Order: sequence, then C-alpha cells, then structure tokens
Amino acid sequence: MSDATAAAATRRDRLRARFFALGMLPVLILLAVAFELLTGKFMSTVNFSIVLQQASINIVLAAGMTFVILTGGIDLSVGSILAASAMAAVIFSTYTLGGVLGVTIGLLVGLIFGLANGGLIATLGLPPFIVTLGSLTAVRGVARLMGDDTTVFNPELPFEAIGNGGLFGVPWLAIIALTIVLLSWFILKRTILGTWIYAVGGNVEAARLAGIKVWVVLLFVYAFSGLCAGLGGVMSAARLYAANGLQLGQAYELDAIAAVILGGTSFVGGVGSIWGTLIGALIIAVLSNGLILTGVSDIWQFIIKGLVIIIAVTLDRYRLKGTSNT
Amino acid sequence: MADGASPANTAPALEMRDISKTFGSVRALRDVSMVAYAGEVHALMGENGAGKSTLMKILSGAYSPDHGGHVLVEGTPLPPGNPKEARARGVAVIYQELSLAPNLTVAENLFLGEEISRGWRVDRQETLRRTKVVLDRLGVDFAPDTIVSRLSLGERQLVEIARAMAGDSRIIVMDEPTTSLSNHEVSKLFDVIAGLKADGIAILYISHRMNEVYALADRCSVLRDGTYIGTLEHDEIDEARLLKMMVGRDISSFYAKDHSEPDPNRKVVLRVENMADRKHVHGCSFEVHEGEVLGIAGLVGSGRTELARLIYGADPSQTGKVFIGDTEVTPKSPREGLENGIVYLTEDRKILGLFLEMSIADNIGICVLDQDAGRGGVRDLGATLNRAKAAVKALDIRTPSATLKVGALSGGNQQKVLLGRLLELKPRVLLLDEPTRGVDVGAKSEIYRLIDGLARQGLAVVMISSELPEIVGMADRVLVMRDGQIVGTIARTRDRPITQEAIMAFATHSKSVAGQATDPQGDSNIQPTIEGPSA
Repeated sequence: MSDATAAAATRRDRLRARFFALGMLPVLILLAVAFELLTGKFMSTVNFSIVLQQASINIVLAAGMTFVILTGGIDLSVGSILAASAMAAVIFSTYTLGGVLGVTIGLLVGLIFGLANGGLIATLGLPPFIVTLGSLTAVRGVARLMGDDTTVFNPELPFEAIGNGGLFGVPWLAIIALTIVLLSWFILKRTILGTWIYAVGGNVEAARLAGIKVWVVLLFVYAFSGLCAGLGGVMSAARLYAANGLQLGQAYELDAIAAVILGGTSFVGGVGSIWGTLIGALIIAVLSNGLILTGVSDIWQFIIKGLVIIIAVTLDRYRLKGTSNT
Repeated sequence: MADGASPANTAPALEMRDISKTFGSVRALRDVSMVAYAGEVHALMGENGAGKSTLMKILSGAYSPDHGGHVLVEGTPLPPGNPKEARARGVAVIYQELSLAPNLTVAENLFLGEEISRGWRVDRQETLRRTKVVLDRLGVDFAPDTIVSRLSLGERQLVEIARAMAGDSRIIVMDEPTTSLSNHEVSKLFDVIAGLKADGIAILYISHRMNEVYALADRCSVLRDGTYIGTLEHDEIDEARLLKMMVGRDISSFYAKDHSEPDPNRKVVLRVENMADRKHVHGCSFEVHEGEVLGIAGLVGSGRTELARLIYGADPSQTGKVFIGDTEVTPKSPREGLENGIVYLTEDRKILGLFLEMSIADNIGICVLDQDAGRGGVRDLGATLNRAKAAVKALDIRTPSATLKVGALSGGNQQKVLLGRLLELKPRVLLLDEPTRGVDVGAKSEIYRLIDGLARQGLAVVMISSELPEIVGMADRVLVMRDGQIVGTIARTRDRPITQEAIMAFATHSKSVAGQATDPQGDSNIQPTIEGPSA
C-alpha cells in the first residue's frame, strides 16, 4: 500500500518534472492547433512566416530581457530605446554610406543607453525598476527630440532588405531573431559570464563571497539588453522605412517581459532559459495572429493576452514550489 | 501591587511541568520542569542552543509545548500557544531584539495594541499620565512623549521593562537584557530589578554573564541540550559548579584530530594585526601557523563571524592588516581574499554560500571557472565536470551524479560541496565559520577528519564554532572573543588539554576562573589578553 503510493508519488514527480522541462511548448502547440481548428487558415507556410516576422522584434527584446531578469532585475526602457535607435538609424541612413552608418549608429545608441542603465545599477546600486523607469521616460523624450517630434522617413532606406527581404523564403527578421537566441544560449550556457549571470541571480551575496565581479555581470546584462533594443530599433526602421519618436515601441517592454515570464524564467532571478523565452514570444505572436484570424476585436485581444500572462505567472509560482520540494 | 514577596506556601508564580518540544526530528526540549516564585529572580543558564529561548517562547505562548506539558501561572494552567492569553495573565517577555516601534513615542509604545481609549478616540492625556507613573517608578529621566528613536539602546531597554510593568505583569522574562547596556545603565537596571522583586514580581533572568547571575539571582536553573539539569539556591551558586552543569558532555573519540606536539620551527601563515570595524570587532590581532587548527570561541554576537569576514575582505575594515607569510595582503573584497589564498566557509551555507538552483559541478567550480575555460571565457564544461567528479570522490560527497542540483543534497553533503569549492582555490588559509552547523553526526565526524587532513597538509585553519566540544576536540589553540575583542588564548600543551570550563570562563567573563588562570601555579596555558572590567 505505502509502496504503491510512493511509486505513484515518484511517477507523479517524474511526470511533473517532464512537464516543466517542456515548459510552455505544449501550450504553444495547443494554441496553434486550436487556431487551425477555429479558422482553418492558421497552419500554412505563409502564415508561419508572418507569425515569425511579427514575433522577431519581440524575440530580440525578450532575449535581452532574459539576461536582465535572470539576474533578478528588470529593464523597462527597451521600448523607448528601440524608438531612439530607430530614429537614429533612419536619420543617419540618408547620409552617404547610409546603410552601414544607420545600422551601426542604431546599434550604438542602444548600447550606450543600456550601458547608462547598467552603470547606474551596477556602480551606484540603484534599484533596476527605478533606474529603467526613469530611462523609459527620458529616452522617450530623446527619441522625440531627435526628429523634432515628427516622423522621419527614408523611402530609399538602404537597409530595408533586413525588414522585408529573406533568405530562401525565410524573412531576415526571423533569421536575425533566431541568431540572437542562439547567441544568447551560447553566452548563458557556454561562457563564464553566463554562469556568473545565473549565480548572481540565484544568490547575489554568495556570488560576491565567491569572488564573482557582480558589477561586471550587472553592467553586461543591461548593456546587452540595450544593444538588443538597438537591434530591435534597426529591424523596426527597416520594416517601416520610417520611425516616430512618440509612437514607436510603446509598451514593447511589456511584451518582452511577458515573453520572458511565459518562458518560465523566474522573476527573482537565477532560473530560466532562452528557449523558454523563444517559446514565450512565439505564444504571444500566435495569440495576436490567431485572434486576428478569428476576427476577435482588438479590445478582446488585450483582455485575452493579459489573462494568459497572469495564468503563466501562476504556473511559475507552482513550478518554483515544485522544484523546492525535491 | 503586592506588598512584598509572597510567602513560600502559596502557589508558585510560575510552574512549568514536563515541557517537551520537537521541531521535525529535532528535540529542542525534553521533559523540562521548573518553578519560579513571586518576588524572586530566577536565573536561567545554558549554552547556545540549550533550549532557553524555546522554553521562554512556550511560556509566552509563541510556541505550544508537545502533548503532556503544562504551564501554570499562579496555580492555573495557561492555554498552550496563546500569546494574548499569556499576556493577559501577566506574562511579559523582554526579548534581546527590541520590539519597540522607533517612530512612536514612549507612551504610545507602552500601550501599543492596548490603547487607552475614550470611545473610538485614543485618550492621549490618560496614556501620558499612566506612562509617567510607570516611568517615575523606574526612576528614568526621559518624558513620556519622547520619540523612541531618540533614546539610547539602554533607555529603550528600560522602555521595554516599563511596557511589561504597564501591563501589570506578574512574571517578567528578561533575555540577556544587558548585552547592549553601558555599565551605568546596567547598575540602573539592577536597581529596577530589585524594585520589581520587592513588588512581588517573579523575574526569569536569562544571561551568559556569571557575575550578573551571581549578583542578582536568588536561584539559578541550568538547561543543557534541551534537558533540565538542576537548580542551585543562591548560597550554592558556584561558578565552577555552574560551568560543569552547563557543558558537562562527554567527548568520545569523535574528533579525528592529531594532537601531536607541533613542530617548533613551523612558519606563521596568517598574521592579523589590529583588525577592527569599530562596530562588532575591536583591535583583534593573532597568528596562525602552518598545520595549526586555531579555534575561535565565544558567545553568539561576540564578533567572531564579523572578524572572519573582515579578514576575508567580505566587509570593509576600519583598521587592521592581514599578512600571508611576510607579505601584507589586507583584502578589500572577497576576490582579493581568495586571490591571496584566504578562503572563507560561511556559517549559513544556504543564504551565503550555495547556488541552490545550480549543479553540484558548477557550485564546486564556480571560483575557478577561468581555469576550465578557453579564449573569450568559453567554458570547457567537461573540465569542470571532471574537476567536480574528483572533488566528489576526494570528499566522499554522496550523490549519484555531479550534474545534480546542489539543493537536492543533505546538509552534510552540501557543506562538503562548499568545502570542495574552497579547496579548488588551493588556499593557504581556511576560515571555517561553524563548519558543522546543521550537519548530522556522521557527516560531522567526516568533516572533522577532512579538517585534520588539511591541517596535516600544512594549511592554516581557523575554526569558529559555538560548539565547545568541537572546539576542544579539534583546536590546537583557542582564542576566546567577547564584545568584539580577543579576551583570552588557551593553548594545548602535552599535559594540559583545553577545557570547556576555561573557554566558558573567558566567554562569559567569569572573574575567578579567569583569575585562577593567571595564577602562577594555575594553568600556564591560559593567557588573558585584556583586563576584565573591575566589578
């Protein structure tokens, strides 16, 4: 009797472990199947390509966000940084050498704002929420300033292929996003820096006592997040041939955070993976795309997306409880 | 108020009968019974972890005793685990950590939660008036409307006592009330206690300080390992006797330490000069030789952990130098500490040591990742795993695989993982802070064997411990700390072992035993480093 219950318990544990190793992948597949059944139009190569393309900017932002949240921090400024970078990229693309220059400056703007965030957090020890809340507002202002509060255009945008071209039918945007995911995986799982990121997020005081340079880790993650936002800005500018300091990237940080949390990365840090983030970002994109295909009004899209995020965080709690039991 | 001490034939103010308390598998108290009478100061003594605090928490209703135990106040039983009822029946506990609201006034604190009201309004005038009455009885010189944060620690302690008195308490528990007081404040407190005694209040006085118990206590009860050992009447209170009651455990061959005569030519590995942070540590200097295990004993809060952290560079020091051999290293960060061959095993492995969500292998290799990595910091995961496997084998860490999460291991094995992490750094000095805390008996013995083996390899080991048998069993020499200073050194010699009594005498500042120590025909291996205050 007790043997049987013990065996059942271990079987349950193993099932649970397997379920959480898969993370949100079953949810993603279920959503895809459900939308196919509802609309009959979801599962097609063309639509998949569209979903990937729609998800790509959020995947890039969420990759940077994964690094930050793994250290137990948060970066609220990525939407604003994306806008400023896009503005810079479009403005500088009109000069000679515009293509290379625009992309480089766009990335640089992101990196610099990220370094500023990281510097304040790592050296002055300010809370990440406050620092990036401040830069969310301030950088938004900078973005508007750059175009004199107008939309900047370049119909001859030299790097527009990034936004609209593809390789063997796969959009460049998606290729860039997946490259960033692979790069993130490599840094997190195969480098010293990556191990330090998990260590700082898991137990910052233990990390300090083990001789880990905590400030280096913090500076890096915010700089990387800024750089990803810069890349997001370039991608967005390439897609639109234009940028607007006021509207571009509004609330993107929320989608990025949602993707990370949906992907099972713990909000307190130390636990999570970039693959989870990828799935999280795809779930958000599939939801948006599928809900549009089913013809749900965009008001309801907001409500449903929000509920999905709350359910996911509930699962996160349950998952953490599950691991601490073992 | 009562008019003097109650006669002995009335029911005792407090009777605790057959109190046991188990936490999980740990038995904190075992059939403890004791009695306290009105108008007496009853001292309660015992080592750290002897069960004093648990017993007092049962009295105050914070814990309920295991089945069969009873607390009787003036002859009638208290409902178990009911703090409110205990307070209503006149039981007041003054804890070490002050529990005042610093932003409120003295008067507001006195009646916190039991505000005097007229309808729904707090009656401020009446509150102030009643506070004044209590404060006058205590003979203090601050006003009832003083904000508590403006008061000194000693004055706050008096406010705590005033709070107990305002509630018409019959039994007042004082848990080491003098730790944060100046000499002047201590004598004032003693006057207050004499006054409370005269009012017929029973006072349970927990203290580690012999001279206080000697001066105050009418009777003194001793707990050891959760068991009641006995009670001495005032006339019987004798320091040597009390110490024996407190520490009288037998030490088996549990400690694997090699205590052969040290090599007279052995070199000094670590030298610490005048280390201080001016808060918890004041001017500590000492040396450790190669192959030596130096024990640091002292009560909790005596500054042992703080001293070790200063030496490692975990906290900033105000003054002080650290030398390895003849070179000054004085680390300013943990990283500088470990780069200079000093490593520190934290007293709290879960909060300050381990990365619970990471693998055993990564936990062991975390400090030497650069040795297992190629260009650009790309890790060689296989190298780390091999390193960890070797450590698992060498330290006999019981795990099916080094890739498992470290959180899945038992306490003893987790401790070995941390030790393994430190050893990968090839240190010259090991600072071990409570190396066997929360570790079962079997693993303890293994950790002792490891420590002995490391000392034999020539490492200098500094071992902080609250467990006296462990210090006595393992150390070649013991420093005793009290109030942030090294107050005594006890060395092991061929014919003179280190005794728990000698350590406790320094740690609790018992004058006569420490005095004996300096006596010419006394134990020549015992050296006080500073003069005790004249009583």
